[in-house]
Amino acid sequence: MTPEKLKLASHVVAINWNRIEDEKDVEVWNRLVNNFWLPEKVPLSNDIQSWATLTPDEQLLTMRVFTGLTLLDTLQGTVGAVSLIPDAITPHEEAVYTNIAFMESVHAKSYSSIFSTLCSTKEIDEAFRWSVENPNLQKKAQIIESYYYGDDPLKRKIASTLLESFLFYSGFYLPMYWSSRAKLTNTADLIRLIIRDEAVHGYYIGYKYQKGLEGLSEERKAELKDYTFELMYELYENEVQYTHDLYDSVGLAEDVKKFLHYNANKALMNLGYEAMFPSAVTDVNPAILSALSPNADENHDFFSGSGSSYVIGKAVNTEDDDWDF
Amino acid sequence: MSAVAATPAVDRETGRHTSSSLIYFSSISENTHRFVEKLATDAARLPVYTRDETLLALEPFVLVLPTYGGDSGHGAVPKQVIKFLNVPSNRELIRGVIGAGNTNFGETYCLAGDIISVKCQVPHLYRFELMGTSEDVDRVHEGLEEFWTRLSQKQAQQ
Ligand SMILES: Cc1cc2nc3c(=O)[nH]c(=O)nc-3n(C[C@H](O)[C@H](O)[C@H](O)COP(=O)(O)O)c2cc1C
Ligand SMILES: [Fe+2]
Ligand SMILES: [Fe+2]
Repeated sequence: MTPEKLKLASHVVAINWNRIEDEKDVEVWNRLVNNFWLPEKVPLSNDIQSWATLTPDEQLLTMRVFTGLTLLDTLQGTVGAVSLIPDAITPHEEAVYTNIAFMESVHAKSYSSIFSTLCSTKEIDEAFRWSVENPNLQKKAQIIESYYYGDDPLKRKIASTLLESFLFYSGFYLPMYWSSRAKLTNTADLIRLIIRDEAVHGYYIGYKYQKGLEGLSEERKAELKDYTFELMYELYENEVQYTHDLYDSVGLAEDVKKFLHYNANKALMNLGYEAMFPSAVTDVNPAILSALSPNADENHDFFSGSGSSYVIGKAVNTEDDDWDF
Repeated sequence: MSAVAATPAVDRETGRHTSSSLIYFSSISENTHRFVEKLATDAARLPVYTRDETLLALEPFVLVLPTYGGDSGHGAVPKQVIKFLNVPSNRELIRGVIGAGNTNFGETYCLAGDIISVKCQVPHLYRFELMGTSEDVDRVHEGLEEFWTRLSQKQAQQ
């Protein structure tokens, strides 16, 4: 593929943050700024001992997973988020994309921090060579990239949302799995920061996609919806192969696939569509779910529990001063 | 909702007043709104903008709300919901809360529901993500029905 030159914004006006056309721009901007972090903040070296307890196969798998994630973050940082700037509806939206692009570079660099803490240069080089040679990994990057260089702004947003909210999860599974077994817990802390960022990115790009749909003809809306599901299927099939390729050696592929289904549903919801995978195949291992979010298990819910007693939430401090009680 | 609809809702649905047993907030991304639509029950939406007058509840209700922000408990409950709950009569009528959010936010998943549960001493009935799956819709549908029935039985006993 010979990519065409990326289109740049054709007309630039100074951004006036005092005239807001879409309050989501400010809200998301503020959240992204407050979320800002650097890998140096996380004490990765505390994982050196834990790393040594992994078998050679497990170490190899972990390195491959992280090079795969590095590739996606690099793609999103250098091409994806940048390619959305010319299509921005508001100048503030452009600013949010520049923030997203920068954070993707921080994410990509974080994996290198993990590597340099835990592995030898030779191992790192081999893992990166694997990432260039793995057909499924290369294919997923190519599929997404082709839309970034294409000329349909809404399709670009679809591809971008599926990357942010779906394609990372075959990789994110592994550090959550290690964390659930009390391994590489500092690395998992860093990955959770990345996951939180991706949640805001997927939400925002998906929201802007839905804004873009407003006022379009029913035919065009139907075309874009079909297109979303087709692209999802294409990516999903490739993800399944990628998952087997990586995780068969440790027997985790089926567990990972449930996590993929669960996240595919959420990616579709970010674009405003209904979930596609039925609950029978989205029953993510509870250990993985609670590694992701300690509140995620059903026992917290009155409706799902035995229902014999009321569950009052755990005490939390509210610092907001506009409460009157 | 038969348990609470003692007076015809129509008469009392004037302006800011609502006798809905389900009151919810949803921002302009409307995930929560779409979830509530799928429930297909009578529900009242809080104003999207804080500057607008808030609702006044007339009957007991369950509140559905998403979490926003949530760095160490700060800003997790949307301002519009704070404004609504600052009205003492609304606080008196809240019976439960349902949280919407995204597990990718980790420790702050549905934090706003927890905060309101503690502040108002009502159960956090359920949590769901984004616009909810069809299973979430079924569970909340059934769960609410059971919940209201049980509350009215309890009241009858007292
Ligand atoms: C800036 C931002 C911050 C968020 N913070 C949290 C959070 O701390 N915890 C959570 O569970 N969900 C969080 N969410 C997810 C929202 O609660 C979720 O997308 C919800 O469906 C939004 O509902 P609405 O579209 O009805 O406003 C956040 C979303 C955004 C955009
Ligand atoms: Fe990223
Ligand atoms: Fe991202």
